[in-house]
Amino acid sequence: MSLSELTPGLVFPLDGTFMARIRSDMLGFARRELGNDVEVEDVVHDAITGGLRNLRSFRGEAAIRTWMIAILKYKLADLMRERKRRPVNASALADGECDGPLPSVFDRRGLWRDAARPARWENPEADLHSAQFMDVFDDCLCGLPDRQARIFMMREVIGLSPSDIAGELGLSPAHVSVILHRARLSLRACLQAKWLQLDETA
Amino acid sequence: MMNCQKTTQLISEARDRPLSFREHMFMRMHVMMCRGCARFERQVSVLADAAKRLARPPDD
Repeated sequence: MSLSELTPGLVFPLDGTFMARIRSDMLGFARRELGNDVEVEDVVHDAITGGLRNLRSFRGEAAIRTWMIAILKYKLADLMRERKRRPVNASALADGECDGPLPSVFDRRGLWRDAARPARWENPEADLHSAQFMDVFDDCLCGLPDRQARIFMMREVIGLSPSDIAGELGLSPAHVSVILHRARLSLRACLQAKWLQLDETA
Repeated sequence: MMNCQKTTQLISEARDRPLSFREHMFMRMHVMMCRGCARFERQVSVLADAAKRLARPPDD
């Protein structure tokens, strides 16, 4: 299948060098996880094919790369789970490895810890236009557990509803809401640590 | 009684589905009294804008 069949109407010019660069990043990433494995090429191929299905929503190299790597992480996690060949403990998976825990921003009573309480954000509108801010945001997104990042992007960029996302990933809508809450708490905390505090000292 | 953890969960869900009257009322009452949660509510919409921006061409 060619690129143009997969992504009719794509506005962003998907030239060969651009995809080659992303593919080579993905191969590098997969090799770090799997070693020099025969399945590396296959899993990257699957991730690219899967990623291209939603690509019309993504223009800009950073976004496409983030999206592709998020899908690759997901496929790698699947593959590794499959390899362990032991019954997968669904509840452990749900709360653990791939979703990430609730970030430790609340105390035992469920109130903001002092250090984690949202700080004043002077001018978010202006920040959104700064390339430096977008780099920090991209970093924060890449730092999320794989499924959190993927679900956050499905919701905020593609605009899928929690029940669509739940159907797609075989989760309950309530579980998707919990993951979205965690993703938002973590992303906000990451921006506060890496951007707002940078701003304060400037 | 609503704490910040439950309130931010509702603030987050409000972006994805309509809240019930009761949920909406509990959430708003807490946000009125809690500066941290009020800021959280404003800042989650910036996260959404940033995600959309990331998915657009750089010179748009």
